[in-house]
Amino acid sequence: MIDNYIPLAIILGFATIFALVMTRVNEWFGPKKSTEEKQTTYESGMEPVRTAHERFSVKFFLVAMLFIIFDIEVVFMYPWAVNFRQLGLLGFIEMFVFLFILMIGYYYIWKKGALKWD
Amino acid sequence: MEILISLIKILVVMLVLLTCVAYLVLVERRVSAFIQNRIGPNRVGYKGLLQPVADVLKLFIKEDIVPKLANKPLHRLAPIIAIVVSLSTIAVVPFGDKINLFGYEIKLQIASVNIGILYVLALTGLGVYGIAIAGWASNNKYSLLGGLRSCAQIISYELSMGISIIGVILVTSTLQLDKIVEFQHGWRWLILLQPIGFITFFVAIFAETNRLPFDLPEAEPELVGGYHTEYTGLKFGLFFLAEYANMITGSAIVVTLYLGGWQFPYLQSSGLPEFWTSIIQVGTFAAKVGAVLLFMVIIRWTVPRFRYDQLMDLGWKFMLPLSIANVIVTAFIIYLFE
Repeated sequence: MIDNYIPLAIILGFATIFALVMTRVNEWFGPKKSTEEKQTTYESGMEPVRTAHERFSVKFFLVAMLFIIFDIEVVFMYPWAVNFRQLGLLGFIEMFVFLFILMIGYYYIWKKGALKWD
Repeated sequence: MEILISLIKILVVMLVLLTCVAYLVLVERRVSAFIQNRIGPNRVGYKGLLQPVADVLKLFIKEDIVPKLANKPLHRLAPIIAIVVSLSTIAVVPFGDKINLFGYEIKLQIASVNIGILYVLALTGLGVYGIAIAGWASNNKYSLLGGLRSCAQIISYELSMGISIIGVILVTSTLQLDKIVEFQHGWRWLILLQPIGFITFFVAIFAETNRLPFDLPEAEPELVGGYHTEYTGLKFGLFFLAEYANMITGSAIVVTLYLGGWQFPYLQSSGLPEFWTSIIQVGTFAAKVGAVLLFMVIIRWTVPRFRYDQLMDLGWKFMLPLSIANVIVTAFIIYLFE
């Protein structure tokens, strides 16, 4: 059982080593002629105005929060889907109720304008 | 011995994947040239076949520039996450049934785990971190905007992707990818049983891999290069590699879930020797993946880009309800007829 997971560990390790080597290659083979201009932040040739670590649109947080709610629902549905044939009518109705409640929430966020981008 | 076999399998699959990525870039450039009535790269080697080698060598000898204001450890970590995630996803995809080599029966899949689909979803979820960290650590406005857009887009479409897969699980009752392929023997391909699920899943794959018409994170006219604006040399190369590797694994998963994987209708009953059956199955899988990839490339050069609000509307107001409706209808039909 656990044997099946050993190749996954090997492939993750292999990919990590590959990535670590690849990010160093330019330090070994590349030229090292760094100037002040090269190290400034790119801003279409202008002098950079302040840093980028400032406030950004709250919409992105909202999307992330909605994602968590719906993704947890998806996670609940996986075991249900695998065992659907054994669960019979009861399983079908229970998931229908679950989805119905979720759809009420979905309707609410839609009407509240949480899904609106301007 | 088991470990040795899986090591060899991993090495072979990695080499094939990396070569495919290099040549997919070349195919993309040639196809775009053909569509735009240009010639495209044709000078390095015969008809430009050595162009990928030249490109990689060029990336090797570039200078490593890290902006002074960037967060250096995170700036280096981001491409590592992106590439590790995109290279490891291929591990659960079956690319053939079994093959007899030198007296050993080898299963043509790196890891046949019973949580196959969950592994794929978990890793695509991790991929978001690479992009978010790249956008944040560069401390560049274009990068930050590209990273944020990309995160919001990927997590929005991951929902419809996850829910579309539930339709497949309802039909096959398993999460194991090789069992799903076995289910689709003959002409029982899941695209015929799950047409709506196939469409939502395929569109979600386009969005997950940041391909046109969903390539807003990179949107060159607005954001320069998106989250990898401040990356040079091979660090940029790793992001590029990750994007194309994601395309290949994405198409491989589309083929596995909906297009019958390595199944070639009526091949098992044709009486061919076992060895050649296995070879034809691997060839079938490669041909199907190639066809899906070619479709993705052609879409990129013939369709314009969405506006950002259109993209989010499509994801949240159209694809999500459609995929949930697909699940309900599928469950209902299975309940009625079985």
